[in-house]
Amino acid sequence: MSENVAADSINLVESREQSPLSDPQFLQELRGQMLRFASLQLNDHQLAEDAVQEALIGAFKNVRTFAGRAALRTWVFAILKNKIADILRQRQRYADADQLLRADREQHDHDELFDLRGHWLRDERPAQWEDPESAVYDKHFWRVFEVCLNHLPVRQAQVFMMREFIELESHEICAAAEITVSNLNVTLYRARVRLRECLENNWYMLED
Amino acid sequence: MLKSCREITRLVSEAQERQLSLSEGANVRLHLAVCSGCRNFSNQMKTLREIARCYTNGSGAANDAAADSRNQDNGDR
Repeated sequence: MSENVAADSINLVESREQSPLSDPQFLQELRGQMLRFASLQLNDHQLAEDAVQEALIGAFKNVRTFAGRAALRTWVFAILKNKIADILRQRQRYADADQLLRADREQHDHDELFDLRGHWLRDERPAQWEDPESAVYDKHFWRVFEVCLNHLPVRQAQVFMMREFIELESHEICAAAEITVSNLNVTLYRARVRLRECLENNWYMLED
Repeated sequence: MLKSCREITRLVSEAQERQLSLSEGANVRLHLAVCSGCRNFSNQMKTLREIARCYTNGSGAANDAAADSRNQDNGDR
C-alpha cells in the first residue's frame, strides 16, 4: 500500500468531507458485502474480519484518489482479493484428508445430465439466456447467485472462487488445494455445470 | 459428431484455464456449430465469468459498480 502515510493523512483530513466513506450507511453496506465475500472464501469468520478491516484501513488512507463510490468499491475489493489470495496461498499445508474424501464422493454427481452416448438429456440441455448480463443490475439476482454458490459442495465452491473471484492461476490453486491439474479441471467443470444449472432454473428460465 | 456433449463441455470449461490444442479447438468449433445445447453452455461459461467479475467488484448489492463494469465491458467489444 502507500508508503507516504504522512501525506496521505493530510489528504485524509482535507477530503473526508466529500468521501463516500464519510457516509455511515454506505460504509456499513460496503463492509457487509466485503465480509460476506471474504467469509465465503476463507471459511473463517475471524480471518475474514481481519482481512476486511485491513482493506478498509487502506481505503481510508487513500481516500482522496477515488472519484466515486464505484471506484472506491472496486478498489477495496481488489485489496481484499489480494489479502485473501495471500491467505489461501499460505494455507496449502492444511488441505486435509476429509476434503479429499469429499472430493471422491462428488465424483459422479451430475452424470445424469447426459445419456449413455454422452449427449444432453432433453430436459437437461442448456437453454438460451436472454440478455444474460443485465442480471447484474438486479439485487434479487445477486441473492440467487449467492444461494447457488452456497449450494455447491464445499470443495467445488472453494476452487471455483479461487479461480473466478480471486483469479488465481491453475498452478496456484493446485498448490493451495493440493490437487492435480486434472483434478482441478474436473472440479471447476462440475462447479460450473452446477452453477449454470442453478442460475438457469432459478433465474434465467424461471417461470412466474 | 466426433465427440460427445460430455467431452465438449469439459473442453469448453478447460478453455477458461488453458489454450486448447488445435485439434481440440477444431473439435469444439465443429461441435458447437451443430449443437445448440453446447453452444448455449459455451456462452453461459463466458457469462458466468463476467458475473463473477462483477461480483468481485462488490456489485453484489450495488448498482453503481455494476453500471461501471458494464461500461467497461462495452468498451472492450
